[in-house]
Amino acid sequence: MTEGVAVTPALEIEGVSLSFGGLRALTDVTFSVAEGSITSVIGPNGAGKTSLFNAISGFYKPDKGSIRFHGAAIDRLHAPERARLGLARTFQNIALFRGMTVLDNIKLGRHAHMRTGLIDALFYFGRARREEMALRAEVEQRIIDFLEIDHIRKASVAALPYGLRKRVELARALAMRPKILMLDEPVAGMNREETEDMARFILDVKEEWGTTILMVEHDMGMVMDISDHVVVLNFGQVIAQGLPAEVQRDSAVIDAYLGSGDVGDLRRRLTGAAA
Amino acid sequence: MRIGAARQTYAADEALFETTVQRAWFAGLLAALVAFPFMADAYWLYLACLVAINVASATGLNILTGYTGLVSLGQAAFMGIGAYTVAVLEIRFGTPFLLNLVAAGLLAAAGGILVGIPSLRVKGLYLAIATIAASFILHFVFANWTSVTNGVTGLSMPPARLFGVALDTSFRMYWLIVPVTVLMVMGAANLFRTRIGRAFIAIRDRDISAEVLGIPLLRYKLMSFALSSFYAGVAGGLWAYFFRVVTPESFPLVMSIFYLAAIIVGGMGTILGPILGAAFMTMVPEVLKLGVGWLSPWVPDAVALLSPVRTIVFGALIVGFLVFEPQGLAEIWRRVRRFFHLWPFKT
Repeated sequence: MTEGVAVTPALEIEGVSLSFGGLRALTDVTFSVAEGSITSVIGPNGAGKTSLFNAISGFYKPDKGSIRFHGAAIDRLHAPERARLGLARTFQNIALFRGMTVLDNIKLGRHAHMRTGLIDALFYFGRARREEMALRAEVEQRIIDFLEIDHIRKASVAALPYGLRKRVELARALAMRPKILMLDEPVAGMNREETEDMARFILDVKEEWGTTILMVEHDMGMVMDISDHVVVLNFGQVIAQGLPAEVQRDSAVIDAYLGSGDVGDLRRRLTGAAA
Repeated sequence: MRIGAARQTYAADEALFETTVQRAWFAGLLAALVAFPFMADAYWLYLACLVAINVASATGLNILTGYTGLVSLGQAAFMGIGAYTVAVLEIRFGTPFLLNLVAAGLLAAAGGILVGIPSLRVKGLYLAIATIAASFILHFVFANWTSVTNGVTGLSMPPARLFGVALDTSFRMYWLIVPVTVLMVMGAANLFRTRIGRAFIAIRDRDISAEVLGIPLLRYKLMSFALSSFYAGVAGGLWAYFFRVVTPESFPLVMSIFYLAAIIVGGMGTILGPILGAAFMTMVPEVLKLGVGWLSPWVPDAVALLSPVRTIVFGALIVGFLVFEPQGLAEIWRRVRRFFHLWPFKT
């Protein structure tokens, strides 16, 4: 369903290479993310998934290649400018602001779309008050209710359990009203119930908000269940991509995950995949 | 005890003072501030003015160091910029004092922006050293730009005038200093209910994810420097009107350390912190001096003997705070409030 559509993809990664000194983190990575899809990037540890995310959000500058957002190249934009375009992300090791409440963390997501200036802010009058009230209403009605975190809105982030923190980080990203939402391991370290909750939220975001989702995840069950398109990275290169079921049968993928020794052969024989 | 306060609008939930009781306490505080000068003698009025000036400057430093996480040891130097601006404008042009104070703030803010430029690259101790360098440079300028600052002799200036009345006593200056300080503290409190204040805290807590949320780091760091120095500049201007003599030695590096200590003792990253901290740091040496005075009938040579002890006690108090109450006086205050909210059901 994602291939062969004439519309411009939401995000295009074209020939992106990135190296740190002699270490090649990404080599000629090319794939695209269709508008309104859930695209997952998988791969063994150290395959370059997070480096790819950092290149897309503007922390790393690729040596070669180009990244296009709804058809326009964003290679020259800094991270805050890309955020303003509608590129939101969460982090693998949760990057919430510990000194703030849940509510303030979520409100920060809206920062780039507000106009309040320093003078307005000091007097909390006119625009500052209007904007803050509109923001509070939006955050409450669209995000806090949606993610079912109304019981912790005034709690300090530092005091929350891990699963809830992940959810607050998702809430903050949603407050940006993103066009593309990048999730770096949204269910890492979660139990089954929490994983199912998160998968449900991700699907709801896609369905209700029409947001395009690009996700890095290790939980294969979830990736295969909810993705429209899967990209497999290994040693910084794309070794396979396609529908979840196709990728699962791909022998290069099986080799990357299980090795080409006995286990891989066994698996191949069991699943009857073409060798 | 207080039972859960039900609110029906988002505005009520976001208000600076959430309950009627809080608003009543605040009104009481303002009334006390108005009544104070009519009951206090000149010495206590002098102290009150000094505390208010220090509160204003410490509040500014708290915006930069407590909320934005950028350590600065240049606050006194920025006060110097403000004080010299006011002195020069008052002596040469005789412009109205409110205009002078705003000019002092703006000029100090410009200085703050210049000093803040390295903050994109250097953090923590390194930034502190960079700000020390800036304060030495400013000291050099104050001492050597003789045509404007009158060199090491400094400037003596006339008092501020309001409708022809010279503000030349502590009693009169109180009505200038305290309202300005109250306004500046309220401004800071408002700031941290809006997107700009949140952006400052975001930079302090985790600057990488601040960038991902669309917060340009350099712009906001410079904004924080500018605002903090604006506060320092206005405080310096008030200082100049209060003492009416401005010399290069009026704003030594030790004074910057004093402000840093004040916000640490008071509690960094809280609005109440710099108020309590500045009051504590200004008052305790005086209170200890009074204590020594009361002991003198019983202890012969009390003043000579106990003066060094006074300094030691003051130092020990600061060390004690760092060890036992790293969150500062504001945290103690919070605990006391909590106790009364829950009393008598939980103690």
